[in-house]
Amino acid sequence: MSFTLDFNTIWFLLVGVLFTGYALLDGFDLGVGALHLFTKSDTDRRVMINSIGPVWDGNEVWLVTGGGALFAAFPEVYATSFSGFYMAMILLLFGLIFRAVAIDFRSKQPSRIWRQFWDVSFSISSIISALLIGVALGNIAYGIPLDSNKEFVGSFFGLLHPYALLVGVTTVSMFMMHGAIYALMKTEGDLQNRIRGWVNPTIIFFIICYVMTTLATLLYLPHMSANLKSAPFLFIVPVLNALAIANIPREIHHGREARAFLSSCASMIALMTLFGIGMFPNLILSNPVAANSLHIYNAASSAKTLKIMFIIAVIGMPMVIAYTASIYYIFRGKVKLNESSY
Amino acid sequence: MDLEILSRVQFGLTIAFHYLFPPLSIGLGLILVIMEGMYMKTKNMMYHRMTRFWVKIFGLIFALGVATGIVMEFQFGTNWATYSRFVGDVFGSALAAEGVFAFFLESGFLAILLFGWDKVKPRTHFISTILVAFGAHLSAIWIVVANSWQQTPAGHHIVQFGDGMRAEIVDFWAVVFNPSFIDRITHVYMGAWQAGAFFVLSVAAYYVIKKKHLEFAKGSIRIALVVAVFASVMQLVTGHSSAVTVTETQPAKLAAFEGHYPASAPAGMYLFGWVDEEEENTIGVQIPGMLSFLIDFDSSTPVTGLKAFPEEDRPPVNLVFQSYHLMVAMGMLLILIALIGALGWWRGFLFKKRWLLWIFVFSVLLPMLANQLGWFSAEVGRQPWIVYGLLRTSDALSVSVGAGQVITSLILFSLIYILLGALFIYLLNEKIKKGPEGEQSSEGGARA
Repeated sequence: MSFTLDFNTIWFLLVGVLFTGYALLDGFDLGVGALHLFTKSDTDRRVMINSIGPVWDGNEVWLVTGGGALFAAFPEVYATSFSGFYMAMILLLFGLIFRAVAIDFRSKQPSRIWRQFWDVSFSISSIISALLIGVALGNIAYGIPLDSNKEFVGSFFGLLHPYALLVGVTTVSMFMMHGAIYALMKTEGDLQNRIRGWVNPTIIFFIICYVMTTLATLLYLPHMSANLKSAPFLFIVPVLNALAIANIPREIHHGREARAFLSSCASMIALMTLFGIGMFPNLILSNPVAANSLHIYNAASSAKTLKIMFIIAVIGMPMVIAYTASIYYIFRGKVKLNESSY
Repeated sequence: MDLEILSRVQFGLTIAFHYLFPPLSIGLGLILVIMEGMYMKTKNMMYHRMTRFWVKIFGLIFALGVATGIVMEFQFGTNWATYSRFVGDVFGSALAAEGVFAFFLESGFLAILLFGWDKVKPRTHFISTILVAFGAHLSAIWIVVANSWQQTPAGHHIVQFGDGMRAEIVDFWAVVFNPSFIDRITHVYMGAWQAGAFFVLSVAAYYVIKKKHLEFAKGSIRIALVVAVFASVMQLVTGHSSAVTVTETQPAKLAAFEGHYPASAPAGMYLFGWVDEEEENTIGVQIPGMLSFLIDFDSSTPVTGLKAFPEEDRPPVNLVFQSYHLMVAMGMLLILIALIGALGWWRGFLFKKRWLLWIFVFSVLLPMLANQLGWFSAEVGRQPWIVYGLLRTSDALSVSVGAGQVITSLILFSLIYILLGALFIYLLNEKIKKGPEGEQSSEGGARA
């Protein structure tokens, strides 16, 4: 791996930062969605939805901006993946649409059937969205069939191979764990006690998936660990990853939910970093013809555009982080239902 | 069916449905700033109730805008991959800037606007309202930058990349301030303000007719009417200015707007008409020389007509002619309605004439439709180009996507959007029936 810090590399990192931001933030609200149907009473379900109420929309903007950044910085990657994964992308859109309206519509009518319908929509669309995001990541790492014109030449069902599905399920399990810890922080009383009971199973589920994905990657995707082997100091990342994951049940055991949540965030950051290290400098691997892979040079915009975009990011992102932090600060603490809640 | 038609129908359907919501959130956003500003200034609780009611409606509209908006960003890649490769360097930057500068701002402060009433000081809440409205206006800027660049490309050059050609930025500010941007963003803003203002007028007039929430409704009408009059009159200015720019930059589109065929001759303006594309002839009621006059203040100035363009470079003429003329007619009608409203306020019959109130109730349909027709004219009028003069729509499709996949997604989108549209109308109606909160005591007391 040769590494030069040019704008192409910077944008590889920035796109990574945006998608990691998305995973950390929308990850917990997709996770809350995936766990939603485990709560039974109407009040509990309202608490679940309102725990993410003020923030889910802003969280989703990380995906929108990540997509926009991909379009601007690596248009070939955007074009190849979005058209190549056509049906998967359309399904993801339907998932995101239903999630958005389910959150907004659910509590607007008192009817039981109405609420049940939107509860189920919210939960299923959250799970499907998480699964599809994971399947897409799995395919990008595994490699998809590309021709020399950077066009996808496979089929939709060809994307659903065991490795991609394993990464998909791992993503769901990771978001469920992350969401359970978040819900634990935002609830109190009886509901919180029940959620505490879910946390350990989700952690175990995640660790099983994590170990299987790691083994499968090491055994079947040797290219994903080539960069690690060529730069041994990077082994600090998987070590930190393992420590962060191990720390989650420890913090939960001591009742320190916020620290457990931060650990969960750290483990997700480490995982995304590992994914980035494994991919670099490629953005989409071509399989079987590796020469057709899209990387940070043959898929990028011009140096001038990357520079302009970098300036936009330098001006914009600190503001984004500042007001995201203030919003989370303003809505800190346990969920209290009132007349402006969902 | 053919992949190009299917992809265009899907894009048209999804953008048309999406564009029901953003103009309302932009226009209503402005009105919320005025209402909450009045509350901050006067501390009159009526303005507080007003703000709280319209914020709830705003939240519903915004949710639909978000849910349908993400579809648009994905669709350039899913259905128009070749286009995305060609324009990504230019167009993608505007889209990313929209995300970084506008969407985060909007969605972040929306949380305070909707849920922060008891969490922050009134002043912070007011600032959040301003920032949400500002964010909505800002996002329109970037998306109109991107679209205007498609209409009047500037600040770029075409270079070889890999095996193909693509557009790359040479001058960022020339891309942003491309020749049609200013005219089009102001036109979009006024259209959005009209949508917001007539929407408020419509709901509030209904309350006055039903003799419900009177104080609240009358206050809302007064604020909305000011915005409606301003935006409707200004729309004449921005519309005119847009048309002049189109003459200079996209002559084939302007010729289609007016069904003007002669290669170079003075042109009139049709009040209404029908274009016979076979015979290359337009029949209808026309003010002779009016188009030439509007462009150049001289009724004998020649205007480039469709015959100056080979047939494969012309848009579908009658379709563009009709949608453009309908838009103009609705714009004129809106000016008339707004001015009658203003006259009514001045002469004191604003809340007394039931016919006027009923006109207000239905008037919201006009800006909603005119906004749709305006975009329809602009986008169909750009055909057969997807980027004017640079890339044809037929050359911009995704290579790896088949017609069967697009039929499937198109059917699913149609079904889901019919469901969403119906639910939106239902929930909006429920909210309107419920009316503003915390009023029974004060008005009930006044009536008793």
